[in-house]
Order: sequence, then structure tokens, then C-alpha cells
Amino acid sequence: MSGITHHTPDSMLAAYAAGTLPHPFAIVVAAHISMCATCRASLEAHQAVGGLVLEDTQCTALTDGLKSATLAMLDDVVIPDPVFEADGIFPGPLVQALKGRAPQWKKLGMGVRQDIIQADRSGSVRLLYIPPGQAVPDHGHNGLELTLVLQGSFHDETGTFGVGDLEVADETLDHTPIAGGDIPCICLAATDAPLRFHALIPRLLQPLFRI
Amino acid sequence: MPRNRGMLTQELNISRRTSRRHEGFTLSERHIVSKEEQGLSQETQWMIAVRDKRDKAAFAALFDHFAPRLKGFVMRTGTSAAQAEEVVQDVMLTVWRRAETFDPHRAQVSAWIYQITRNRQIDVMRKENRPVPEALKEEPGLEPDAGQIMAVEQEAGLLRKALSTLNCDQRAIIEKAYLGELTHQEISTQTGLPLGTIKSRIRLGLERLRHELKDLSR
Ligand SMILES: [Zn+2]
Repeated sequence: MSGITHHTPDSMLAAYAAGTLPHPFAIVVAAHISMCATCRASLEAHQAVGGLVLEDTQCTALTDGLKSATLAMLDDVVIPDPVFEADGIFPGPLVQALKGRAPQWKKLGMGVRQDIIQADRSGSVRLLYIPPGQAVPDHGHNGLELTLVLQGSFHDETGTFGVGDLEVADETLDHTPIAGGDIPCICLAATDAPLRFHALIPRLLQPLFRI
Repeated sequence: MPRNRGMLTQELNISRRTSRRHEGFTLSERHIVSKEEQGLSQETQWMIAVRDKRDKAAFAALFDHFAPRLKGFVMRTGTSAAQAEEVVQDVMLTVWRRAETFDPHRAQVSAWIYQITRNRQIDVMRKENRPVPEALKEEPGLEPDAGQIMAVEQEAGLLRKALSTLNCDQRAIIEKAYLGELTHQEISTQTGLPLGTIKSRIRLGLERLRHELKDLSR
């Protein structure tokens, strides 16, 4: 995918390699890397540094028999973990997060729909469907929000985001994303805190609607 | 079989598409070199033998090299010795079972094993599989490119040199970051992380990716 201009910040790629990125963000970053050669190459560089840290780690003596036990298992028949490939506009890591199901859109009002894929204490990850030209209700963030465009485009106060672009919005950004004019915009969005919508639903109701 | 694997174990046929210049030294077109001549590390040679020949002796050599380091690495994150050995065994078995995903054009062996290890540690913690990027689909019949494989190894050497020039505090931050002890916010605010030193490694990977992906429409 060429034409991607908004990438994963380096600190997030390092954290992704090390496994410390919160799970909802890790899904979005893995999806972006699946679409973006630049970030894949950067991830590989971080893996190279991680490899050097591993190589420089002092050896610790192994229990007698660990090696022979491991060698004895080489011919065991094992069922391989499933490999998730892209399905249409959905990158492999999103297919994995959906566990193979199709999106189940729930109406959010004004034609905007969402499918909450995961929501727990570490944050949430969801698909957003925004009709052409439609604004997503003005919202700010308690934490960080990552938004990856899978189809169409949107623009907000910070710029225009097309397929493969990743927007990183922190709590200081109070923005109004508007979908581009031609086709519905479909995004994968993750936060590490509940969203706060200003216009659509009073904050008190947010826990009910899980938005 | 995404690549013509057999060739690597005998001799490496330099890509006909380009001549490469790296570290002031040029590999001419159609130049054929043996693996000794172009100086692949032992670990890479072992790993290629495991991948292409299912060579158990080479696997045993990899085990001897990496397993004691892996145990130390896993224990540094607060894991008990017994649990660490379980992770070590899982990781080494993954090295054997997923050997076909090792691509020396893209990573040195330790980088590949590093990611397997961190993925494994996170999977154990979360009790579910981490999201991982889609594997690259390569053109069938793409020949191994010894220049690129060597460049990846040389770049690792340069990175190692760069890391060795860091002072103790900077070095400690690097280790904490890649051992998974810093959040992404902490990584972004720690000034000790010399991200500049990985830039040439990124360029190297990107060059290869552009080459591999040029015919893919996605
Ligand atoms: Zn990117």
C-alpha cells in the first residue's frame, strides 16, 4: 500500500515489539503494519535491537535434561496455530480480533455505525462506519485514540487520512472527523480509555451504551 | 515454498537484478559466493540448515547458543527459573516448527527469536494470541539474495557497535524498553533511546520490502 502518510510513532513500534503496547492498540498497530511497508521495516529494526539485547544477556545454566527433552519433542505432531489473512478491506490482525465473524453494525445515530470488538479495562477496539460527508459526533478523549482507515477517508482539524493512514489523537485533541465524499469511511479505532462524546449522548449514559 | 530454498544451503547466488554496495564493497552481478566466503554468522547458517534441511544437529547447536541466553532473558522480567525454562522450551520448539517463517533477508536470527520470545511471554500472560502483522507473500521462485542477507548481518554488527558506545544509563533504558519494562509513553519521553541509530536498519529493510512488494497490488 503506497500513499500512506500517517504512520505509527516510533515509541509505539518499540513498545509493540516489546509487547507492552496495550492490547487494543496492538491490534491497530499490527493491522497498520500489515498495510504499511515503512512501519514494517521500522518494526524489523526494533526487533533487531531486541535481538541484540537477547544476545548480550548473560547465560543462565539450564536444568539437566531440558535439551534432550526438547530434542525428543521435535517429531511430535502438533496442530499449528491458525494464521489470519486479510479478508477484503480487513487486515489479518482485525480478522483475528473478530475471530472470523462478520461485522455486526450497531446504529450510533446520523448514519454512523459501530461494532465494538473488544472492551475491557485495558481499553476498547471497534469498527466505525461513517456515511460519506458525515461528521462523527464531536468527541474528545480521556486517553489516547488510534484510528486506522480501512476504506474511504476522513479529515479533521489535523489533516486528511486515507486508506492505511493511522491517526494518533491524545486527550488534548478535541476534533471532529468528517468522512470524505465518495464512499462510506470504515475505520478501526482503539482507545485506552472510554470515549467522551459531547453532542450525542450525555456522559452519564455512556456506560450503558459502551461508547 | 515461497523462495528457492535449496540454493542457500549450497551456494548463494547473488541477485541478478542489482549490484549492491555496502560498507564500501561491491558485489558484482552474477557473482556466486560460498557461504564461508561471504561470512554468514554460524547462527544464520544453523538456522538455514534447520529451515531447509530439517537438520537436528544444527537445531541442537542453536539450542546450545540461545537457550541459556533465553533463560536469562526471560528471568530478567521476573519469571521464576522453572517457568522460564517452560518458555525457553516453547520458544525453541517454535524455532523448529515455524522455521519456514525465518527469512534471513529480513532479520538476523536473534531478532526473529526475540520477537517469538516476547510474543510467547505476552501470550502466556494474556492467555490469548497476540495480534501479529500478516506475513509477507513473496513472489514464487524469488532467488536468495546473498548481498541482502549479508547486509542484514552487517547492519546488526553496526547496531551492536552503536549500542556499545552508550553510557550505562542509556544502555539500561534500551534494555528495559526491549525487555518490556517501559510503556510506550515512557519510551517516547526517555531521551536515552538512540532511535537515530536504527535509521539505516530501517532503510535496509525498506529497500528490500519495496523490492518484494513491487508486484503486489495491495
Ligand atoms: Zn506506517
